[in-house]
Amino acid sequence: MHVPDGFFDAPTSVVTGVVAAAAVGVSLRKARNELDDRTAPLVGLVAAFVFAAQMLNFPVVSGTSGHLMGGAIAAVLVGPWTGVLCVSTVLLVQGLLFADGGITALGTNVVLMALTTVVVGWALFRALQVVLPKKTAMVPVCAAVGAFVSVPVASLVFVALYAVGGTADISIGGLATAMLGVHTLIGIGEAAITFLAVGSILAVRPDLVYGARRVLEQRELVIKSSTTDSTTEVAA
Amino acid sequence: MRQVSTRLVAGGILLVALLLAGVVSFYASSSPDGLESVADEKGFIDTAGDHATGDGPLADYDAGLDSDRASVGVAGVVGVLVVLGLGTGLTYVVRRRTPETQVERDSVSTSA
Repeated sequence: MHVPDGFFDAPTSVVTGVVAAAAVGVSLRKARNELDDRTAPLVGLVAAFVFAAQMLNFPVVSGTSGHLMGGAIAAVLVGPWTGVLCVSTVLLVQGLLFADGGITALGTNVVLMALTTVVVGWALFRALQVVLPKKTAMVPVCAAVGAFVSVPVASLVFVALYAVGGTADISIGGLATAMLGVHTLIGIGEAAITFLAVGSILAVRPDLVYGARRVLEQRELVIKSSTTDSTTEVAA
Repeated sequence: MRQVSTRLVAGGILLVALLLAGVVSFYASSSPDGLESVADEKGFIDTAGDHATGDGPLADYDAGLDSDRASVGVAGVVGVLVVLGLGTGLTYVVRRRTPETQVERDSVSTSA
C-alpha cells in the first residue's frame, strides 16, 4: 500500500508528515520503557524481517497482489511504541533506497502502515487477550486477528485522507468499496504471516515475545508461590 | 529442556529474513498491489509522480545485474542489512538515554 508522490495534495502531505513525525517522536520516548535485555536484541531483526516479508507480494485476486504491512507483528513481538519505530524504519529505507513509496508521501505511508496498523493491531490484540483464556497458545491467535483487521482499517484511513486531499476527483464511496474489498483479502495474508511469525518465536522462547508477558507473568506467580510453600513445609 | 539462547533466536530470524529477501523474493507476485490496482481501476494511477530517487542503484528492488534473480536478491539482502543496522542503532540510542524513573524501577525490582 505504498503511496507514491502525487496522490495527495501538498497540505495533506504536510499534515500527515507532521502527524508521522510526532508519532515517531513520542514512540522514541515511550519505546525506552519497552526495551530491556529481552526485547532490545530483537528490534533490528524484527524490522529486517518486516522489510523482507514486505518484498513478498502474494496474489489475492486475478491481477492483484498484496504484501505484509507488519504493524501487528512488530507490536506483539517488541511492543507497540517500538513497533511504530520498526515499521517506520522499513518505510524510510524503502522510500529512500528502493523508490518504493514517495518521498513527499513518507508521512502518509508512516500514518497508514506504521501508525494505523500498530494502533489497530495492538488495541485488538490487547482487547482479545483480556477476553480470551490467558494461555500462551492464544497469543498468536490474538495477534493474527489484530493483523487481519489492521489492513482493511489502514485502507479506510487512506480513503478518508483521499476524501480530504486526494488529487483526482473520484467517487469516494466507490473508492472505499474497492479498497476495503481487496484489503480485506490482503488482511488474510497478513494474519497468516503474523500467526506463523509470532507462533514460531513463542514456541522456542515465549519470554522474548513482548505481547506474551502478561500471560507468562501470571504463570510465574503461581509457580513461585507453590515453590515457597514446599520450602516452608520442608523447613517445618 | 535446555532453553534456546537469545543469540540462536536472533540468528534464526536473520537467516529467515535473508532467505526471504534474498531468495524467495524472486518468486513474489509481480501483479500490482491492492492500492495500485484500485488506483488503476478508478483512473487515478497516472497522478503518481516520478520518484525522486527513481534512478538510484537499487530503485524498484533492482540491483541492475545481468540476472533478474541476482538483482532482486542482492537488493533484498542489502535492504535487510540496512534496516537491521538502522533498527539496531536506533535501539542503542534509545536505550542509552534511559530516564531516571526507569533506572529506579529497575533497581527496585532487582533488589526485591
